[in-house]
Amino acid sequence: MFAAFRRWFDERLNWDDLIAPLRHKTVPTHRLSYWYFLGGITLFLFGIQVATGILLLLYYRPGANEAFESVQYIMTQVRFGWLIRSIHSWSANLMIFTAFAHMFSVLFLKAYRKPRELTWLSGMILLFLVMGFGFSGYLLPWNTLAFFATKVGTEITGQVPIMGKPMMIFLRGGEEVTGATLTRFFGFHVAVLPGIATVLLLVHLLLVQRLGMSVPPKLEAEWTANPSAKREMKFFPNFLLREMMAWYVGLGVLGVLAAVFPWNLGVKADPFVPAPAGIKPEWYFLFMFQTLKLIPSKVWFIDGEVLGVLAFGLVGFMWILLPFFESDQPSRTKGWITGLAVFALAYVAGMSVYGHLAK
Amino acid sequence: MAAKQLSEPNATRRHMIEAFLGGGLLASFASFVYPVLRYLIPPPVVDLGGDEIVAAQLSELKPNSAKIFRFGSRPGLLIRNSDGTYRALSATCTHLGCTVQYRSDLRQIWCACHNGIYDLNGRNVSGPPPRPLEVFDVHSRGDEIVVSRKREA
Repeated sequence: MFAAFRRWFDERLNWDDLIAPLRHKTVPTHRLSYWYFLGGITLFLFGIQVATGILLLLYYRPGANEAFESVQYIMTQVRFGWLIRSIHSWSANLMIFTAFAHMFSVLFLKAYRKPRELTWLSGMILLFLVMGFGFSGYLLPWNTLAFFATKVGTEITGQVPIMGKPMMIFLRGGEEVTGATLTRFFGFHVAVLPGIATVLLLVHLLLVQRLGMSVPPKLEAEWTANPSAKREMKFFPNFLLREMMAWYVGLGVLGVLAAVFPWNLGVKADPFVPAPAGIKPEWYFLFMFQTLKLIPSKVWFIDGEVLGVLAFGLVGFMWILLPFFESDQPSRTKGWITGLAVFALAYVAGMSVYGHLAK
Repeated sequence: MAAKQLSEPNATRRHMIEAFLGGGLLASFASFVYPVLRYLIPPPVVDLGGDEIVAAQLSELKPNSAKIFRFGSRPGLLIRNSDGTYRALSATCTHLGCTVQYRSDLRQIWCACHNGIYDLNGRNVSGPPPRPLEVFDVHSRGDEIVVSRKREA
């Protein structure tokens, strides 16, 4: 039966040719091979987001008078609604975590170098898009925390010289954070960002497919010197089955987290209530939040905020272009990108913990 | 004569036509994009709130307490001091726009978002706020407390 279907497709599409590259694809086997799983897990979590997101769309209603109530309805009336929403929130957070971990693992394994600059580039843009998903999705339940997080986040955009103010008004749909903001963020979250992310994701995967898996330089040198030491496994089915086992574990972790620590809804947003004590952004913005908090209000003659925002913008931009800064002779730039990555990781982790503990 | 012109097309004439075609395409493209760009920026909201608002009733606030009131589209903070006098300020933090609150324990104005502190005159005392809060005029009319924007001198 299956063979008949297969023959039918093969006659028309030349199926075997189509999946041939997948069959030839190999994954290097070494003690760091586990890091190759991270991109796949991120992809899996993205799939979970799409699926649960579509489910949430069946009941969610955007609008300042309806959004909070509709999420409340999903969580209390709709059967398993609490689970779906909880999984969507947890999966979002885990996806941001795995995306960051993926980025750092690529840095440490030096997988961003020639010829994989474009893979890095598309991956970095995807990382920013993922943060955009996080920022826009956070507002959708229209609770107090989300309201002030959005207010502060968009106000920070407004600090950028010249283009800042129009960008803030564009994001907010007006001077203030209102129902108009919610409508826009909903559109970004469910239409604009998914569209761009899907295209970029395909590009990213195609590049990975086209260029093959990177081998850490040290190991590559060893393998070139002694070809008999080289170890590889087939991508299909050997690596894919292992990856799917990781996905299955991931799904289990996700289910437990969502069931044992269901996501809170909080209190409905009210623009005419003071910001509650102890208000903080989501953990993945915490390192920037904490940095901005530490910069004095005036540095020389520039506003501290403006300086912080410009600095983060500049660092982010340089980070995207990182592979292009490494010279062709590895001996000359020996290890400075690794050093930078260690510093960045320590900074992000340290500031996040500090921000979490600070009052 | 005419045959010669056909076999050797006039270069300037061709450039002319290319420029017209290109320019026309570009202009039509601009005419598609312009409405979209304008559409992205929302129309300005007319603030019909005026310069004056009833913020509270006389009996509403106890000494050393405060409330947030709606001043146009933005929040204002009305404070009743321990001695019974009132003052009103903008409740929008000058740092990143969070809504501030009155801390009766400190007798200061506090922003929870980034720990900004203002004194009761609205001056930014500590934390990140770069500017003082705008101060409004307060007067009573009957048993209502009326807040108004300070007249520019």
